[in-house]
Amino acid sequence: MVESVVIVGASLGGIRAAEALRRSAFSGAITVIGDEAHLPYNRPPLSKHFLASQIELEAIFFPRRSLVSDVSWHVGTRITSADFDEQTLTSAHSDTYSYDSLIIATGLRPKRLRIPGSELWGCFALRTLDDAVELRSALTPESRVVVVGSGFIGCEVAATVRSLGCEVTVIGRDEFPMQRPLGTELAAELMRRNEDHGIRFRMLTRVKQILGEDRVTGVALDDGTTMECNVVVEAVGSQQNTEWLRGNDIDADQGILTDSAMRVLRRDGQAWKNVFAVGDVARFPNKLFGDEASTVEHWNIPTETAKRAAEIIAAGVVGPEALELALSRRFAPIPSFWSDQFDAHLLAYGMLGRADRIKLVHGRVSTECIFGYFHGETLVGVCGIGNRSMVMHYRDQLAQQSGSNGSDPAPFLLTSSRADTPKARQ
Amino acid sequence: MIEIRVDMNRCQHYGQCVFEAPNVFQLNAQDRLEWKATADDAELSNVEAAIDICPMQAISLAE
Repeated sequence: MVESVVIVGASLGGIRAAEALRRSAFSGAITVIGDEAHLPYNRPPLSKHFLASQIELEAIFFPRRSLVSDVSWHVGTRITSADFDEQTLTSAHSDTYSYDSLIIATGLRPKRLRIPGSELWGCFALRTLDDAVELRSALTPESRVVVVGSGFIGCEVAATVRSLGCEVTVIGRDEFPMQRPLGTELAAELMRRNEDHGIRFRMLTRVKQILGEDRVTGVALDDGTTMECNVVVEAVGSQQNTEWLRGNDIDADQGILTDSAMRVLRRDGQAWKNVFAVGDVARFPNKLFGDEASTVEHWNIPTETAKRAAEIIAAGVVGPEALELALSRRFAPIPSFWSDQFDAHLLAYGMLGRADRIKLVHGRVSTECIFGYFHGETLVGVCGIGNRSMVMHYRDQLAQQSGSNGSDPAPFLLTSSRADTPKARQ
Repeated sequence: MIEIRVDMNRCQHYGQCVFEAPNVFQLNAQDRLEWKATADDAELSNVEAAIDICPMQAISLAE
């Protein structure tokens, strides 16, 4: 019988796991340990409203619900090692914690540039609340900002910073920003729109060096040119926080491999019965998108996976039959994300990166539009500017196409007359 | 009965709540959120899921 659960990671996945355990009538002890100094807070506003000072610090934190009033929170505590056989954890301060079940929710950290000058003051990354506070305090309307990386975080930061009046240049290695995973047509349109708002793009190039004595004064690009700036924001991707798990029999290559119950798998494919991974750090299979397990760094996934792990733990306490029933339940969450860049409001569902074909299915790219993302004939994602009700309609179709029994997805036929229906199916 | 509040200063009409509690939340023809201020107790777990999933953390239950 499980009496204690320790959750490592005190962000969205951690708090949702604690709440879901209590909602699932788990009555044992729950401890949440996080290395940040803060109780759980909401990250999406960090690159948007919070960075723009439109909302203040207290609005960032998740409400503390009475449901989890008896949960023990250990913030500012970094767990440095875990022993799955002994069921113990050790912190940087050499404190030891033991558990009956462990939930790993340690998420991601930003990759940092490792180039000459990247240690200078004025280089920032944006992942945590402290990062956002630091970046926010460094920005003035006179700031000249270079954003390295042209993905969603980079483009959102650029849009926010531009709205504060700063000069902004985005440096990206693809032809267009957000090209992976949106595709060239939508990405080119978003670049055009962002340029209309005064953001400059230097695409198909890389930063070779950060210039300056003790503070950033500019960047040198690999095409031989230099640009003046006093703030550099590094938005060059992220990596999973899994080093503390070293030595255990797991597959932590590009995310911790789990089964569809979020149970961490040994290298032989057998599940650890009492170790779970949730959120950005988990690499899990999803029947909706084929058999290949993948990490999903989108907003709803920490919540969905935390609830799944909690359901399994709580069922295990009840007994083997309850556990079997819980394990047999289909788990196929649909990733969702959005992005706000000036007046372009993107809403997307699914796994756009799995597509081998992208098709405008509604509207006009210059105004409001919806793109469908297909793998073969199967819809794997949808992304729209505006048209939210219709985007959500396509999301429903994504959800339905695999049926309720978790069988392989049926080929998807678009309902829109603008789409090319595959000839073989006409 | 439960009483549902949405902080419209926070709401960005992402519509995530609509999937969790479709009997309570919907987007109208202008893609703006509409919701029922009260709902039956049977909707509680759906509304709680909607509260969890709201990216702007704009939804709450009246005590």
